[in-house]
Amino acid sequence: MRQVAIYGKGGIGKSTTTQNLNAGLGEMGKKIMIVGCDPKADSTRLILGGLAQDTVLDTLREEGDDIDLEQVLKTGAFNIRCVESGGPEPGVGCAGRGIITSITLLERLGAYTEDLDYVFYDVLGDVVCGGFAMPIREGKAREIYIVCSGEMMALYAANNISKGIRKYAASGGVRLGGLICNSRNVDGEAELVSSVAKELGTQMIHFVPRNNMVQRAEINKKTVIQYDPNCDQADEYRTLAKKIDANDMFVVPTPLTQDRLENLLMEHGLVA
Amino acid sequence: MDFKSAVLGKYNARIYKNRKDHILEVKEGLVQKIDANTRAVPGLMTNRGCCYAGCKGVVVGPLKDTCVITHGPIGCGFYSWGTRRNKARPDADGNNFIQYCFSTDMQEPDIVFGGEKKLKKAIDEVMAIFKPKRIMICSTCPVGLIGDDIHAVASQAEKDYGITCVAFSCEGYKGVSQSAGHHIANNGLMKKIIGTDDGGLLGPRSINLLGEYNIGGDGWETERLLKKIGYHVVAVFTGDGSAADIARSHRADLNLVQCHRSINYVAEMMKTAFGVNWLKVNFIGLSSIAKSLRDMATFFGDPEIIERTEAVIDEEVKAVTPEMAAYKSRLQGKTAAIFVGGSRSHHYQDLLRDFGVKTVLAGYEFGHRDDYEGREVIPDIKEDADSKNIENLTVSPDRRYRAFLSPERYLELKEAIGLEEYAGLIRAMADGGWVVDDLNHFETEEMIRLLKPDLFFSGIKDKFVAQKAGVVCRQLHSYDYSGPYAGYRGAANFGRDLTMGLYAPAWRLVTPPWREVESA
Repeated sequence: MRQVAIYGKGGIGKSTTTQNLNAGLGEMGKKIMIVGCDPKADSTRLILGGLAQDTVLDTLREEGDDIDLEQVLKTGAFNIRCVESGGPEPGVGCAGRGIITSITLLERLGAYTEDLDYVFYDVLGDVVCGGFAMPIREGKAREIYIVCSGEMMALYAANNISKGIRKYAASGGVRLGGLICNSRNVDGEAELVSSVAKELGTQMIHFVPRNNMVQRAEINKKTVIQYDPNCDQADEYRTLAKKIDANDMFVVPTPLTQDRLENLLMEHGLVA
Repeated sequence: MDFKSAVLGKYNARIYKNRKDHILEVKEGLVQKIDANTRAVPGLMTNRGCCYAGCKGVVVGPLKDTCVITHGPIGCGFYSWGTRRNKARPDADGNNFIQYCFSTDMQEPDIVFGGEKKLKKAIDEVMAIFKPKRIMICSTCPVGLIGDDIHAVASQAEKDYGITCVAFSCEGYKGVSQSAGHHIANNGLMKKIIGTDDGGLLGPRSINLLGEYNIGGDGWETERLLKKIGYHVVAVFTGDGSAADIARSHRADLNLVQCHRSINYVAEMMKTAFGVNWLKVNFIGLSSIAKSLRDMATFFGDPEIIERTEAVIDEEVKAVTPEMAAYKSRLQGKTAAIFVGGSRSHHYQDLLRDFGVKTVLAGYEFGHRDDYEGREVIPDIKEDADSKNIENLTVSPDRRYRAFLSPERYLELKEAIGLEEYAGLIRAMADGGWVVDDLNHFETEEMIRLLKPDLFFSGIKDKFVAQKAGVVCRQLHSYDYSGPYAGYRGAANFGRDLTMGLYAPAWRLVTPPWREVESA
């Protein structure tokens, strides 16, 4: 079982990329579980064809400790199993603690079955506190992909997340598998992301071009592969899936200094 | 080797550097400086408590007409329930809530989703069952971490129920000891309770007793004396105390301050806002009681009161003299070490002196430099990151400001009886005594080994360190089910307990295991 965590700056397309990539892996016959680690509980919307109604934490709150796995685990497209951790409404409580509670509970409920090829954790935003680092602690997720673009703040976040990974690499054994560039059509994007990846000691595993097909599929609550299996964008996600399935480059990242990161942006962003 | 070198010699360089300025040998006639109110070094097994303990446990907990809700997991509420033996009798409405423990008992889902709803529910339940006029909310650590807005919940409760609801953000991690909690509690009382009731008449010579928590009935014994002389005690902060009384306390003529550390903020703020002078008193120990009562009589300057004061002192002293003398004959020449919170380590030296007992070591858990060196050092105390984290309330004169003394008389009396002054613990000690701030387990053991005190006064955390070394220990935080020790009758009780402790044949009745082996 490969346990994979997807991190990246808020709004960069983590949930969209994760689900489309999982559709690709699902099509290849892989058995997958997605654990949404975002209080908004929208990490499995495309696979399930709508929002999952019962999050782990809501169920815990309403049912007490008497929870069955069936209440929180729903199966969607390509037989992908979907779980939403859920969490408090914005501005109250502790979402980080919620993730810890939720993952601990999933383990106790036996969600991590032997037949799974992949468990994907789709984690909210940057690594904001210990709770959001839960999926990479204690040897849960062993590999991480960071979704980014060629935009300054996305790369800044990617570098920060790398610092978190480096911290937990020593204790939890987690490794960085690569950067996924979810293109925003900025100047010199592929080159810039590739060189940041190189300096981090990793790779840009795939460049996902910007395509309005993604938006259309989302409106229809579907992944691109379900919505239009023959379009170019579907093939992009299939390629990403294959690359991740075949990936054997797992590193402890070497985060950049702020100055170095800004220099790289100047080099690539301005030259192009 | 002296005590200081023996202790410091065992520490590594970093600890040595930290601890060396917390320990001093008293040199009479010398102005001495001590480090205090700084972070305890991890691993040193300090006896300190937390900010919540200072706010809920010490200052607001003893209020009998107020339901104090601990917002947090159950442990903090449970372990601060009844442990200080603050006694209270029901108020005029028949209420006495202090034997209850109110807690929101936060669980994991409350941490994740926020605990405000549960707090609101707790308030609803308290209102439905007890119908108090005032509710106070004390925060514990997790509440601060997840950011529950307890102040908004309190405001809402005031609107919903027409009560006074005071929220204290006294999360345990704030500050370096319980001292931060005292300050936070003082601020809350000043903002929300003091000066909120202008109704009713006060008797002549009206006073408040500040920093008296009625442990073992101390406050009752003190009040008995004050009433006997002819004072009108408006409010006690907060032993057997009521928020209803405290609401009227701003109109009193004088504030008496017993525990300086825990309540001096209120005393100072009431002076600024309402013109109430404060006088440091000590009702522990015969000579201190007499001095306190005489200073009070001087303040009021009423010949009748001055005469009455002398008569009462005379009568009370006579009543306990035979008993005191009997105990003194058995205690004379003994030595003691005292390590308590922020005032008793000073106060009890006076009482011990009455029995001919010399204090060889004294120190505070959470005192500040002014509690050791006197209030004149306050302007020199440098604020650090920990103290800056605690709100420092600035008050200005209220429209009801009323000075009891004329400016000339004030200056005269300030000189004569030391109004708004406290000289601190160091000056009260004899040459060669040791003062140790934030004493820890290791230093306690060394102190017992090297200074060989006959008596040790402390709390539950270090009590057994002393007892294992075969030294009698009395808890001055709770009086071990005894008391009162304040006032004249209290002094005799104290003498009785010490004599019992020293002369009980308990040690001779126990055969330790190694003796059994020898005899076998």
